[in-house]
Amino acid sequence: MTTVYRKSAGLQDRDLHYCPGCGHGIVHKLIAECMEELGVIDSAILVCPVGCSVFAGNYFACDCIEAIHGRAPAVGTAVKHTHPDQLVVTYQGDGDLASIGAAEIVHAAMRGEKFTTVFINNAIYGMTGGQMAPTTLLGQRATTAPLGRKKELHGSPMRVCELLASQEGLAYAERVCVADIPHLNKAKKAIKKAFELQLAGVGFTFVEVLSACPTNWGMSPVEANKWLMENMAAYYPLGVIKEAQV
Amino acid sequence: MITVAKELWKGNEAIAEAAVRAGCRCFFGYPITPQNEIPEYMSMRMPQVGGVFVQSESELAAINMVYGAAASGVRAMTSSSSPGVSLKQEGISAMCSGELPGVVVNMMRGGPGLGTIQPSQCDYFQATRGGGNGDYRTIVLAPCDIQEAVDMTQEAFDLADIYRMPVVILGDGMIGQMMEPIEWHDIPKRELPPKDWTASGRKGRDHSNFVTSLRIDAADCEQFNLSLEAKYKTIAEKETRWAEQDTEDCEILVVAYGTPSRIALSAVEELEAKGIKAGLFRPRTVWPFPSERLAQIAAQPGLKAILVVEMSLGQMLEDVQLAVKGAKPVRFYGRVGGMIPSVEEIAEEAEKILREVQ
Ligand SMILES: Cc1ncc(C[n+]2csc(CCOP(=O)(O)OP(=O)(O)O)c2C)c(N)n1
Ligand code: SF4
Ligand SMILES: [Mg+2]
Repeated sequence: MTTVYRKSAGLQDRDLHYCPGCGHGIVHKLIAECMEELGVIDSAILVCPVGCSVFAGNYFACDCIEAIHGRAPAVGTAVKHTHPDQLVVTYQGDGDLASIGAAEIVHAAMRGEKFTTVFINNAIYGMTGGQMAPTTLLGQRATTAPLGRKKELHGSPMRVCELLASQEGLAYAERVCVADIPHLNKAKKAIKKAFELQLAGVGFTFVEVLSACPTNWGMSPVEANKWLMENMAAYYPLGVIKEAQV
Repeated sequence: MITVAKELWKGNEAIAEAAVRAGCRCFFGYPITPQNEIPEYMSMRMPQVGGVFVQSESELAAINMVYGAAASGVRAMTSSSSPGVSLKQEGISAMCSGELPGVVVNMMRGGPGLGTIQPSQCDYFQATRGGGNGDYRTIVLAPCDIQEAVDMTQEAFDLADIYRMPVVILGDGMIGQMMEPIEWHDIPKRELPPKDWTASGRKGRDHSNFVTSLRIDAADCEQFNLSLEAKYKTIAEKETRWAEQDTEDCEILVVAYGTPSRIALSAVEELEAKGIKAGLFRPRTVWPFPSERLAQIAAQPGLKAILVVEMSLGQMLEDVQLAVKGAKPVRFYGRVGGMIPSVEEIAEEAEKILREVQ
């Protein structure tokens, strides 16, 4: 019998707790596959965030550290400096990274820290039940913006890749999504490229993943991915945002 | 005869060098007076010993860098002064929960708020009661001079590794800023537990390690808290430290730690010169607090009163009262906001108390 599909060795044999249609589980799989393909499961260190992926360390097969809310880049900085030859990945949501941890991510980029951040932008605070995030789209409803996000009141959604791209220490930033198989394949390529660039020591590498949160968007998984492509991908352009010449 | 050369060191730099000699290989910090010489010294010294120095974007980031270095198995340290140490509290709480070793220096300055850059002891409650969220303690070492600060810094890293928790060195701006002659002592090496729990890459290990401060299941979280309680009891039994002078038959006992304890010692000598039987009790760990020994002294029939002296409005005072349990009158003399009590003030206060309790 031939094996047509198997779970990546980069993941432990555990059930994930994510909702149906959630982007987190898919991105976990992509990261795990990239680690496996690069042969670094045994040496990689993953820094997990506070958010729905707070349990990520229970799923990955590599060593993991749970950081407190927003501080994964500070934790990742220390881990990479002390283990410069190992793959260090920080994984953060949009509330975690773009709001409470905004200073930490900007300064990691400024210093050109040689780890990779995988940024899950689902335009909402998932874990706490759907409050407005810095990335929530104009007009999008959230439990703390019941009438929808308003530019005059809340400002415009933050484009994090573009913000970080202004920092010379950022070597590579790409925005991807996992709404369908072709995009998912591109997302995996971006993550793998970021890991390879990190291992080559070029600088800070960053992959933003537009990701569905059907639960807090109040949609079915299919509707959520359609809404993501029509609305999020329109505001947050997909593709390579910055690639420094090596 | 072997003579050990004395060297003249500034407190902050001596503490930094002591940390290097203790095997500290990561320093993360953010500028704040009166502790700037610690990060400045480390920025020069860490690269010399193959260590890591990062000037962080904030104290929040600094303590989380310590968290990361500790989680991946490296001896790490941060230092700051009062307002900056407030920002570190969330990270210290997380280190207690993640059971991560690390050393945090607080060169206290007068508060609240921005306060003043002059020396103070106003963060005693914060240091000894937890400071951040949750039921936790940190070991708090309270040096009274630069020699003791150096010796304690070297020991702090072992204590942190043995008990897997942050250790606070609670100094005041005076200890950081002054210069004194010191000797470098060989600190007794203690047996350290293996660091088999770190997230430093599996490297052949048959399982992955996950360092976390999250215990979402209430029953698990309760068990964890109870295990912390047991650890804290062991620490109280084994690591409580103090010093005392002329306590055997004193009628007035002065209790002080840090810089005020040195001034209090001169006051005790001045009182003794006048024929007054005075003694000094100096906690060297303020958590765990040397309550048992203090209670024994308080029970001495000849002791009439206890005077607590602090550069605060009376914080250690509460620990003294808890230890003495009303056995003898406990009075307080404090200077605050960066002001320092004088020998005369302390001696006068002691005499006044003795007159009142006769
Ligand atoms: C200091 C602190 N503030 C607030 C929280 C509560 N909190 C937990 S998860 C979360 C939001 C996470 O949202 P996001 O980063 O977007 O992740 P998602 O769940 O959407 O993946 C918040 C605010 C916390 N744990 N710690
Ligand atoms: S709440 Fe949203 S982000 Fe969290 S697991 Fe469910 S779908 Fe995913
Ligand atoms: Mg989110």
